[in-house]
Amino acid sequence: MTSPKDIPAPAMKLTVERSGRAKDWLLLIVCLLSTCVGGAALFTLLAYVVVDAAGWLDWQFLSSTTSRFPEKAGIFPAMVGSIYMAGLMIPPAMVMGIGAAVYLTEYAKPSRLTRFIDINIANLAGVPSVVWGLLGLGLFIQLFDMTYGTLLVGALTMALLILPVITITSREAIRAVPDSLRQAAYGIGATKWQTISRIVLPRALPGILTGTVLSLARALGETAPLIMIGVPTAVFATPDSPGDKFTSMTMQLFSWSDYPQPEFQRGVLAAGVVTLLVVLLSLNALAIYLRHRFQGKHQ
Amino acid sequence: MDTTDNADLPLDLTRGVHLGRERFARSAVFVCAAVTVLTTGGIIAVLLIHAAEFFADWSVWDFLTGTQWSPAIEPVQYGVLPLVCGTLVITLGSAIIALPLGVAAAVYLSEYARPKVRAVVKPMLEILAGVPTVVYGYFALVYITPWLKNVFPSISTFNTLSASIVVGIMIIPFVASISEDAIRAVPKSLRMAGYGLGATRFSVVVRVVIPAAFSGIIASFILALSRAIGETMAVTIAAGQSPRIANLLNLEDTFLRPIETMTAAMVNIGMSDVTGDSLAYRSLFAIGLVLFCMTFMMNILGSWVTSRFREKYE
Amino acid sequence: MTITSDTTAFAETAIPAENIAVKVDLPPAVSVGTFVADSPMAVAATPVINIRKLNLWYGRQQALFDIDMDISDCSVTAIIGPSGCGKSTLLRCINRMNDLVDGTRVQGHLVLEGQDVYGPRVDPVAVRRHIGMVFQKPNPFPKSIFDNIAFGLRIRGWRSRQNIEETVERALRQAYLWDEVKDKLHESGSSLSGGQQQRLCIARALATKPKVLLMDEPCSALDPIATGRIEELITQLKNQYTIVIVTHNMQQAARVSDRTAFLCLGKLIEYGSTRDIFTNPEMKQTEDYITGRFG
Repeated sequence: MTSPKDIPAPAMKLTVERSGRAKDWLLLIVCLLSTCVGGAALFTLLAYVVVDAAGWLDWQFLSSTTSRFPEKAGIFPAMVGSIYMAGLMIPPAMVMGIGAAVYLTEYAKPSRLTRFIDINIANLAGVPSVVWGLLGLGLFIQLFDMTYGTLLVGALTMALLILPVITITSREAIRAVPDSLRQAAYGIGATKWQTISRIVLPRALPGILTGTVLSLARALGETAPLIMIGVPTAVFATPDSPGDKFTSMTMQLFSWSDYPQPEFQRGVLAAGVVTLLVVLLSLNALAIYLRHRFQGKHQ
Repeated sequence: MDTTDNADLPLDLTRGVHLGRERFARSAVFVCAAVTVLTTGGIIAVLLIHAAEFFADWSVWDFLTGTQWSPAIEPVQYGVLPLVCGTLVITLGSAIIALPLGVAAAVYLSEYARPKVRAVVKPMLEILAGVPTVVYGYFALVYITPWLKNVFPSISTFNTLSASIVVGIMIIPFVASISEDAIRAVPKSLRMAGYGLGATRFSVVVRVVIPAAFSGIIASFILALSRAIGETMAVTIAAGQSPRIANLLNLEDTFLRPIETMTAAMVNIGMSDVTGDSLAYRSLFAIGLVLFCMTFMMNILGSWVTSRFREKYE
Repeated sequence: MTITSDTTAFAETAIPAENIAVKVDLPPAVSVGTFVADSPMAVAATPVINIRKLNLWYGRQQALFDIDMDISDCSVTAIIGPSGCGKSTLLRCINRMNDLVDGTRVQGHLVLEGQDVYGPRVDPVAVRRHIGMVFQKPNPFPKSIFDNIAFGLRIRGWRSRQNIEETVERALRQAYLWDEVKDKLHESGSSLSGGQQQRLCIARALATKPKVLLMDEPCSALDPIATGRIEELITQLKNQYTIVIVTHNMQQAARVSDRTAFLCLGKLIEYGSTRDIFTNPEMKQTEDYITGRFG
């Protein structure tokens, strides 16, 4: 584009050198690709596993117990075991976690003690899951003399494992409740507990539930702690009471990975993996739904 | 009793309202908070007590410096160095993958992506961390290792490389998420100063933004690697059971062969028939203690660095 | 200061008259006539609240200095003054809402119908159960309109559905909101307009028949029409309730209140009938503020 005739010729170049532009493009491409690589890799792996599971993931698989024979192998007792464990572990974890969160946000004045508790909880959230298994082993099985590999021990150990995360997410949810609501409640003569139980917690509930569902999803994907507390790799009957031994979906997958036959490696295992992932995906979808539904309500 | 006592009864402001109930509520929630502290105490106590039992029979020095780990096969040896080496090798491998990819993803999300794109891409990254580790182990064993065989024909079925790859993929979100926070915390004014001086986007990002966000990015590295160190199932399934000290100068020996990490060793002992009184059982806690100390120190360090970079810009 | 012989409201816990050192000459507790209209109740006004040497510190910072005032029954008392002078702080002292802020320290006496609110074994929650409060920004609970009003009753242990319904209706009528919401009592409180929400908050406070109704700049977040309706409401309510209102709007104070207190930098500069304060203030500072020379 030529300039009009009466404007003097430019004294300096206003266009950037080509290498400058090239580097800009390079950066964009590198960053974009990097962002996509992990997702693409996972996507490819998922595609493989879904393809492999086709033909193996059927009603028979979902309703049978495991077996040496790949055609007969199923995931039913493991699924039931996982669900029971989840059901047993959620109430104590929620009660303790919400209680701790309420104490830290509503009762405790900021002090060295509360900072200490905060740091402590943050560190607990980063403890490797296998160490939680050791805690379950040393505390529940050895000290409290409980039987190893039972639903009760499994649920208690996992409840402790998810406790820090539930506390953290509940604390965030409670902090997000606007202070004007608390002021209104106190102004009308409510006691502290009345304010917490009737105004604050109901309002924080969606956030708390979302955090709980996500913790549940995490717990269902854990294997190492269960191995440490002696959960068997296979049971043939579904557990009836908390004192019964159980196995989880993850343990079942772990044990199947030892069988070298390709029918197991690329058939039964694939079906199991897909089952587990579907369960987790549903839980995550539930969490997202909860978050959106209640976010809209409080607009 | 429904009355508005206000109008009718004489005023008595010293009659406490629900005093017992309030005291109980306060104590109950305090107990809940105390449980979290007790849990840490419990972990430390369990590890120390049982590790002490182990060290009564096998000295700490031999444990920490021994180069053979063989709890089941004669001659029985409990040297933790091979396990630590295994953990570090896997962690190194995963770091090579996750750290650059994570930071680059963080740059993309904070500098380039539009809010709508970000709202979709960020959760997708989080999914990487949400896949159960046993599934990652399965992926490594059944899909990645056979694929790697095409590239490295001499690779063993159980090898370090495919375990490193999946652990790397798994921890990308840790790096990306925390680095992104750090990059976003860099004030816009710094970027504007760079652009104002005529710098290209590349220069601004590489020379202004990343150095400014450096401590946050380091924090993300520390926390992600802490996660990698604690990773159990993927390495157990994919890397096998071959405790050794890898020769880092020989890449093939390091990455194409099986290796055992601390966590895998614990799983292997846990799966075998060990009774509560045996030395092997107690060695679980000794390894656990080392593992806990490593991750604990890294987490503390990471939190400290995080709080420092947050302070800087608030 | 002459404390009239009508001090039966003063219980034994109050300070004997000779120990009270007051800075400002307050008119006797009989109201000469309100600025707005001569209300028949004005003749023998009983003090509901007696504040004596009230001092307050936020940590090391002193926010209120030796406040002395009496607030009469069935009247509207306005507290005016420049920003940051302690108006809201003083208001919140009455129902001990300042206790909720860490590091607050109070010295002095605030006597509500004969009992010192800051007495040794007083439960702040008990105090708040006899006092109602309306805030600057309407803050209805995330509940239905009905449940918003019923909340105050339920936390006091009310069970009977009929009693609750009757009281909710009474409160909504008193707040001039009944006709507008009677068909949608079970819709959310936040579905109302700003002015309606504030009237809902007023109804919520009235449901529990408070001895005093505190209002902290209740109209500052509302448009002029909504403000006008609430001012009308206040003028009606004072026949039954004792109201203390903090406002930064002097015209509003002149319109609705019987007595006005002018606070500046935590000190009570002048306190008197609204007519006197606005037409013939005694202190120069008051005059400066009223005429807009500062503030």
